[in-house]
Amino acid sequence: MNHPAGHTPAEPKRWLDHAQNVRKIYYSVWIVCGLLLLAELFIDKHGDVEIEHWFGFHGFYGLIACVALVLAAKLLRRALIRPEDYYDNH
Amino acid sequence: MTITELSPGLTLILGSVLIPLLRGRLRSAYMVLLPLLGLVHLSLLSTGEFGVLHFVGQELVTLRVDRWSMVFGWIFMIATLISAIYALHLRSPLQATAGFAYAGSAIGAVFAGDLMTLFVFWELTAVTSVLLVWAGGGLSAYRAGMRYLIVQIASGMLLFFGALVQLNATGSISFEHIGLDAPGGWLIFAAFGIKCAFPFLHNWLQDAYPEASEVGTVFLSAFTTKLAVYALARGFAGEDLLIPIGAAMAAFPIFYAVIENDLRRVLAYSLNNQLGFMVVGIGIGTELSLNGTAAHAFSHILYKALLFMSMGAVLYRVGTVKGSELGGLYKSMPLTAIFCIIGAASISGFPLFSGFVSKSMILSATGMEAYMVTWAILLFASAGVFHHSGIKIPYFAFFAHDSGKRCQEAPANMLIAMGIAAFLCIAIGVMPGPLYALLPYPVEYVPYTSSHVLAQLQLLMFSALAFSVLMWTRIYPPELRSVNLDFDWFYRVPLVRVTQRTGAALRATLGAGGRGVSAALGGLVLRLEAQRGPSGLLAKSWPTGSMALWVMVMLLAYLLFYYVG
Repeated sequence: MNHPAGHTPAEPKRWLDHAQNVRKIYYSVWIVCGLLLLAELFIDKHGDVEIEHWFGFHGFYGLIACVALVLAAKLLRRALIRPEDYYDNH
Repeated sequence: MTITELSPGLTLILGSVLIPLLRGRLRSAYMVLLPLLGLVHLSLLSTGEFGVLHFVGQELVTLRVDRWSMVFGWIFMIATLISAIYALHLRSPLQATAGFAYAGSAIGAVFAGDLMTLFVFWELTAVTSVLLVWAGGGLSAYRAGMRYLIVQIASGMLLFFGALVQLNATGSISFEHIGLDAPGGWLIFAAFGIKCAFPFLHNWLQDAYPEASEVGTVFLSAFTTKLAVYALARGFAGEDLLIPIGAAMAAFPIFYAVIENDLRRVLAYSLNNQLGFMVVGIGIGTELSLNGTAAHAFSHILYKALLFMSMGAVLYRVGTVKGSELGGLYKSMPLTAIFCIIGAASISGFPLFSGFVSKSMILSATGMEAYMVTWAILLFASAGVFHHSGIKIPYFAFFAHDSGKRCQEAPANMLIAMGIAAFLCIAIGVMPGPLYALLPYPVEYVPYTSSHVLAQLQLLMFSALAFSVLMWTRIYPPELRSVNLDFDWFYRVPLVRVTQRTGAALRATLGAGGRGVSAALGGLVLRLEAQRGPSGLLAKSWPTGSMALWVMVMLLAYLLFYYVG
């Protein structure tokens, strides 16, 4: 098993190490989402459930679900978090 | 008895005995050949009941071959092959031997045609797999293993007692559709429910799996819980109660997965969440939903093993899988990162990956049968699983903030095992036909329609957008060195204290006034005799049953006190 030390000074920077490239990825997620909404104008969405036919239903549902999930989990953590050695001492 | 009348599980169990006797390359070759032989064995089987043994007036069917047992037999054998390759770097034969015996027991259970045979293999999976937890090393793995063993043995006891109740009422121990109203139905349901990690019975999973060795968790992730899914599908298909149970399983673990720091524990929570989809499929009980459950179990075993393998490789090279300690590993382990992303895409159900063609069958069946609340919960869980397994796992391990950790790429055997699993994840996603052909019922479902692909991409990309925005704005909760309390707290803290205090109090009382206690105990014995005697309540209908029950209670109590003490 390896327990390596820190950076090698000579290590070249990777594409992802540049902040502007991370920003590119961030904005491209927005653009892809926009395109997926636009695509709905050309594709007839049919599902097993009536609300699936609403414009952008799956997109907005996923967005709201995930934001709600993370915010709820943050609240939950306040109540549940314990130090790593909790069970060793109890 | 020819090989076609012998359970393929026995091929692995008997075969595992030779592993410690072999050394070096010979052992490696044997470990790969044995599951390949198992696959050949499976392909030779024909539908029907074989290997019938007679035992105390009952027929034990050790090999029942039908479409249900075959689909699970195939995927269990494939998982054995992948896990065996993943274990090839180990010098000690212990984990491989235990792993093969465990896999063989699970396969033996799947092909069991009666409840007693099922029980024997059911308990064998427990005692063989706990060795894999203990192989994690250290006191915490040892204690988690003990807790795991107690829960697994308890599940087996319930199954045994349920089988006896059924035998007493119907005169048969055959394992067909049971249902909750059948004699012993609730006992067997609880036995299956424990192994399937139903809500409040689930903690053994998140407790033990992350403590096991890197190889152990890969074996563990494939068999125990999917054996329970298989058993539920056979015994309780169409049981309405399973729908809310499954929905709860799909939803609740994802909240824990978001805040959990140990990435293998995150995967254990998401395993629980995926089981929820399968349980809903069983509860709905239509041909489409049951096909969905079988298909999802098949693809789930592959992508879950793949994800656990990638995290196991990180654990092996870096020594930790805590999100707070990792980051930037794509520079050192690029292939492992790619395999992890393939597993992540599969569990999230991206089009062209395996989860897409299997999970959607269950969702579709839920929508078609108009279980609207369940449908909405499953859709929420689909978005959530992408969020924590699809993004969080690869992001915190391989990208995120560069931890500065540099290590070697995973060993070649691990890469090969991950490569096979990744290939199958994509193959199933691109070409679902062969998997659909294996399913229990004829398949009319068409996963690839433009509407379905667009809907799924919208769901996933907007979930990715949520993650990106929350990360960008630093609202996303950071990975912290911590544990989060779950239901196991009740038996790890208060129960232990109560038992310890009762023990101390008992000892004190015994010292002070032993006579009072022995008088009380004497009274208890008299009352028990009144109930258990020939005309007593417990002996009225099933003397063997009550005997077995007390033996089980005693054994469980012994294990519990052993653990607590």
